[in-house]
Amino acid sequence: MSGYSFGKPEVIEEEVDILIIGGGMAACGAAFELQRWNADKALKIKMVDKAAVDRSGAVAQGLSAINTYLGENDPADYVRYVRRDLMGITREDLIYDTGRHVDDSVHQFEKWGLPIWKQEGDEGKSLTEGGKPVRTGRWQIMINGESYKPIVAAAAIKALGMDNIQEHVFIVRLINDKNDAGRVVGAAGFSVRENKIYIYRFKACLLVCGGAVNIFRPRSVGEGTGRAWYPVWNAGSTYAMAAEAGAELTLMENRFVPARFKDGYGPVGAWFLLFKAKSMNAQGEDYQEKNAHMLQEHGYGAYVKGHAMGTCLRNHLMIHELKNGRGPIFIDTVTALANLAKKMTPEEIKHLEAEAWEDFLDMTIGQCGIWAGENIEPDKQMSELMPTEPYLLGSHAGCAGIWCSGPDDLPGTPDHYHWGYNRMTTVRGLFTEGDGCGASGHKFSSGSHAGGRIAAKAMIKYVQDNNDIVPELDCSIDELKQELYRPVATFLKYKDYTTAIDVNPHYITPKMLQFRLQKIMDEYVAGVSTLYQTNATMLRVAERKLGMLKEDSLKLRAKDLHELLRAWENYHRILTAEAHMKHIQFREETRYPGYYYRADFLDLDDENWKCFVNSTYDRHTGEWSCKKVPWVELIKEAD
Amino acid sequence: MPTYVRTDKCDGCQDQKKTVCMHICPHDLMRLDKDGSETGHAKKAYNQEPEQCWECYACVKICPQNAIECRSYADVTPLGGMVQPMRGSDAIVWNIKFRNGNKKRFEFPIRTIAEESIDPYSGTPETIEAELADHSTLFTKGTHSCDFSQFNAS
Ligand SMILES: Cc1cc2nc3c(=O)[nH]c(=O)nc-3n(C[C@H](O)[C@H](O)[C@H](O)COP(=O)(O)OP(=O)(O)OC[C@H]3O[C@@H](n4cnc5c(N)ncnc54)[C@H](O)[C@@H]3O)c2cc1C
Ligand code: SF4
Ligand code: SF4
Repeated sequence: MSGYSFGKPEVIEEEVDILIIGGGMAACGAAFELQRWNADKALKIKMVDKAAVDRSGAVAQGLSAINTYLGENDPADYVRYVRRDLMGITREDLIYDTGRHVDDSVHQFEKWGLPIWKQEGDEGKSLTEGGKPVRTGRWQIMINGESYKPIVAAAAIKALGMDNIQEHVFIVRLINDKNDAGRVVGAAGFSVRENKIYIYRFKACLLVCGGAVNIFRPRSVGEGTGRAWYPVWNAGSTYAMAAEAGAELTLMENRFVPARFKDGYGPVGAWFLLFKAKSMNAQGEDYQEKNAHMLQEHGYGAYVKGHAMGTCLRNHLMIHELKNGRGPIFIDTVTALANLAKKMTPEEIKHLEAEAWEDFLDMTIGQCGIWAGENIEPDKQMSELMPTEPYLLGSHAGCAGIWCSGPDDLPGTPDHYHWGYNRMTTVRGLFTEGDGCGASGHKFSSGSHAGGRIAAKAMIKYVQDNNDIVPELDCSIDELKQELYRPVATFLKYKDYTTAIDVNPHYITPKMLQFRLQKIMDEYVAGVSTLYQTNATMLRVAERKLGMLKEDSLKLRAKDLHELLRAWENYHRILTAEAHMKHIQFREETRYPGYYYRADFLDLDDENWKCFVNSTYDRHTGEWSCKKVPWVELIKEAD
Repeated sequence: MPTYVRTDKCDGCQDQKKTVCMHICPHDLMRLDKDGSETGHAKKAYNQEPEQCWECYACVKICPQNAIECRSYADVTPLGGMVQPMRGSDAIVWNIKFRNGNKKRFEFPIRTIAEESIDPYSGTPETIEAELADHSTLFTKGTHSCDFSQFNAS
């Protein structure tokens, strides 16, 4: 707490050629590619992360699978799969681009020591030597992934050098060019450890701060608040900072609602695909079969082919049961393991049990905590499944994000898909990937890494072509200092007005502001309390309440650096939430049933809405504007 | 499942400037109480915002004193369970204790080569300046084969 003596921060200014904001999968991919093209070290490259790169981002815990590895598949089939999963509207150029490069990143991971499971007989043989991976699905491969992030981070750190990495600095905002409002040339943030503000000037920047969690009220609200599915530390910084800098966002109406093991949010992929578990309703019925006819209604089946359907549609079939009082939903782990064990030796059964536990221990340890506390052994007792609260992200089974320029070498790409450098946003100098790059979901960990590399190459080219840029900030250092430390100043000014430090008419704590945001989003913008339903009137109410919340964000207080971090995270959450709400309001159809329902427009309406919705934000007026952008099919429908 | 720090084990990382748990937590939760004014336990760490803990175990795995453990969130889970890892240089061991006293132990590999020997550029080709604007390849030249006849425009 440093005795509240932290009113006047020291300002550190630094000029670099390329700034990487974030230290996750995309950032580490970028670092790896950038420094190879910069072998003579002519360019100064810096990475800044709010946490420690070794364990920052969504992969902090580890992962039990790499979800995108093409192997024997053609990239065109990968595009078809992503297109189907995301209900038809995707940027096929970006997805194809990821598809053709992603395997190379996986091959690098294996070289750096990531253990990848191999089929019997191929143990010890690397993927590049033809070793066959253990697949849980057409695109996923299993790994021993506890140290996935430290491994990928080590390669990035070695490439960049620790001197060029600044950890524990939270970036608050980008800064546009004084002479060119359509360009970014700076970023401002603060140390969460020391009383310091950091101002970076650059020619190009890669904004890769992941997606957004905790904008909706989570299902657990006590000590368990932290157990969201999505890592609680990614606060929508990517979307908020890009929007404030003037970048066009796309498909921000899209969200991800994973159906997971209840309360612990353990993954279901290996259970369904590898162990062949089935899920059922309270009456023991296979509701997926039973409700399959529902896909004929409202046009929701437009992109279903056989059993292949969008992730949201699986939720749709499950939510129907919950709505009609036929929950809980169970996953029958008992039968699944018993069936597998039938043909196994005791030794093999032990191995199978370990695999089932490892699936959680590698990436959702908390689920094991719940099993241990509730005496659940999966071979003896079934678990429950539950759709979670909504998250915004662009690299998992969701596609919210920033509108990016794509590659120009793929046949048939229209002009509005590539206006600049690959993965550059509509703001010059601002690039993104991973969860930041919109309309191109299903990149996952490997695709985000490969995407960071794709963006990196383009950034080098951009910097070479724009070498004469002299970054001039459109605001003064003093203004930035005041803006970033406003919550501190507010606290110091008013703290003695009341006896109770947290209840004060002059300020709001970041925690209460977050609760208010979550209440608005949950109750009016299709959170869990309405089973993901909203309508125009609810959205109008939300709009008004969010407007006032945004006004009140000026009264956020910070009593220490930790709270300053929470204050700015929550500011980023408000902007992200507002974008989400605006997009849902604009798209008058139900494109993603199972993720959310416009109860006043329940149909999936291809005739009017098979298009992107893009938005821009004016930081001076605080207003959003949305528009339709044409979608183009690049890859033929199969067979 | 918030983490807690055991008073009998934490040594404040021997008063180093950088306590390891503080350094590693991705959510800035671990904090060193330098003089005991915050917790009553001087030179020991604590989780300053337990309801924000993702139970990612990054701090648990890295603490040199094995002083950090998790107690599954009290608003969700019955008491008595315990999931505790021991992470070595190439494997991790997990000890699981159920509420009813049952125990399980698992061991998994975490890496195939030592961290120090990761060399990102060994065996990779040099870059070719002319390929900088070529979207079909990254510097490692590992592009997947592509069947362009699958495009509408081909
Ligand atoms: C629960 C879960 C399970 C998953 N399971 C799998 C799986 O099994 N297989 C798979 O392949 N993929 C999986 N994924 C997907 C994968 O983790 C993501 O696709 C990938 O991590 C996205 O990379 P990114 O770089 O965009 O974001 P991240 O890797 O999350 O990195 C974001 C970075 O930004 C930093 N940051 C955030 N805000 C700021 C700020 N304001 N200033 C500075 N730094 C900031 C963070 O500290 C972090 O370093 C999973 C994701 C989740 C959430
Ligand atoms: S809990 Fe462990 S890592 Fe943290 S200060 Fe104590 S000894 Fe160091
Ligand atoms: S378990 Fe993870 S989120 Fe919780 S305190 Fe430790 S490092 Fe932080």
